[in-house]
Amino acid sequence: MPLSKADFAAVWLTLELASLTTLLLLLIGTPIAWWLARTASRWKQPIGAIVALPLVLPPTVIGFYLLVSMGPQGFIGQLTERLGLGTLTFTFSGLVIGSVFYSLPFVVQPLQNAFEAIGRAPLEAAATLRAGPWDTFFSVVLPLAKPGFITAAILGFAHTVGEFGVVLMIGGNIPGKTQVASVQIYNHVETMQYAQAHWLAGGMVLFSFVVLLALYSRRSTLRVWQ
Amino acid sequence: MSCSIFRALFTAMIFTLNSPIQASEVQVAVAANFTAPMQAIAQSFEHHSGHQVVAAYGATGQLYAQIQHGAPFDVFLSADASTPAKLEAQGQGVRGSRFTYATGRLVLWSATPGYLDGSDAALKAMRYRHLAIADAKTAPYGLAATQVLAKFGLTEAVQGKLVTGQSIGKALHFIATGNAELGFVAMSQVYQEGVLKSGSAWLVPAALHAPIRQDALLLKKGADNPAAAAFLQYLKGEQAAQIIQSYGYQL
Repeated sequence: MPLSKADFAAVWLTLELASLTTLLLLLIGTPIAWWLARTASRWKQPIGAIVALPLVLPPTVIGFYLLVSMGPQGFIGQLTERLGLGTLTFTFSGLVIGSVFYSLPFVVQPLQNAFEAIGRAPLEAAATLRAGPWDTFFSVVLPLAKPGFITAAILGFAHTVGEFGVVLMIGGNIPGKTQVASVQIYNHVETMQYAQAHWLAGGMVLFSFVVLLALYSRRSTLRVWQ
Repeated sequence: MSCSIFRALFTAMIFTLNSPIQASEVQVAVAANFTAPMQAIAQSFEHHSGHQVVAAYGATGQLYAQIQHGAPFDVFLSADASTPAKLEAQGQGVRGSRFTYATGRLVLWSATPGYLDGSDAALKAMRYRHLAIADAKTAPYGLAATQVLAKFGLTEAVQGKLVTGQSIGKALHFIATGNAELGFVAMSQVYQEGVLKSGSAWLVPAALHAPIRQDALLLKKGADNPAAAAFLQYLKGEQAAQIIQSYGYQL
């Protein structure tokens, strides 16, 4: 296999990035999705639209705004500098933040669908049994929405693995820190190292196929995600 | 009502399609460092010749790969001498059409005024978090930058601070947004009429790296295109030379 140490480092970094991003997205995405599924507020549609923005925006737009806002003159950059964290561009943490934005709708939307599908009845039943809101959430909502959580995690993870444009804009291509697999493929193609590019690219195709196959097999048996 | 609008549109479309092409078009692949002078040259050339210029900008290595895979360019303005030579040897270019249109100057630039004092002191002091360069594998200015670092014995020391843009344009972007405190770019990107446009800079002595000879090549696709021949002729001429020099290149 013609893959180098840097290639394996890139693959490992990609998996680390996708895992951490997925974990954060489940934590952040659950309250957002819950609110979107339950609220009657007039802010529901605008917030829903903002969450969905990364679906339609080119990643370069997200990357460009992140580069500017996380830089020393940007508001995120000034905040992180004041907190003693330095600027986040060209760092792994910066990529995680970028990926959270980039993959947000892929986690929030399946969760929202799952929460909406539960309906009012189970919650009202729980309330009559004097379950508190947290108890209801953990013993009624979580088990019922479990397929939604699995779908959200798979989509969030896979979409982050496929991230390229955002990383290109804010990563700086540092081996072991910001050089993820998709960027490494780009580098190989640029420098005419087609053998390495093929190994990595082929691996990505296989990975994506397996993930989607798993997703679709689940869908046909469980029918949770319309 | 709407029917007549459609008819008008349709007529306009047919008319446009049938109207004879007055001037030819030349598609030029241009190394990113030459973006600003190319825009000026293209405008002046279009004005004088009546031909149209369509320019695509990118890293030299990237453009090389595109040309090899059949990109529809007539002319290639490279940031080095070896890539056009390679293309000519591979039969992608017209033999004997290769010439040096400019010799580039490397500059260490910071968006912060006063950060660089016209010397290499700040580079050697290493009180920066990020030093931006273009990818040495695809961009000749990136290669020149690594040669400068090697000459100073800084190659190992800056390893953790180096951020790499895919082209010299991306490296400039990293520095201009303040994400990298300083970095190596082309003089043409930050100087105009011999004056630094903003920030602070150190003009790297040409002796510190191999000369950045930038060669042009007429590609096979443009061999019979009169606009391509006219453009190359114009590029060799006095007016283009003035523009090229005003952006800090030598001829």
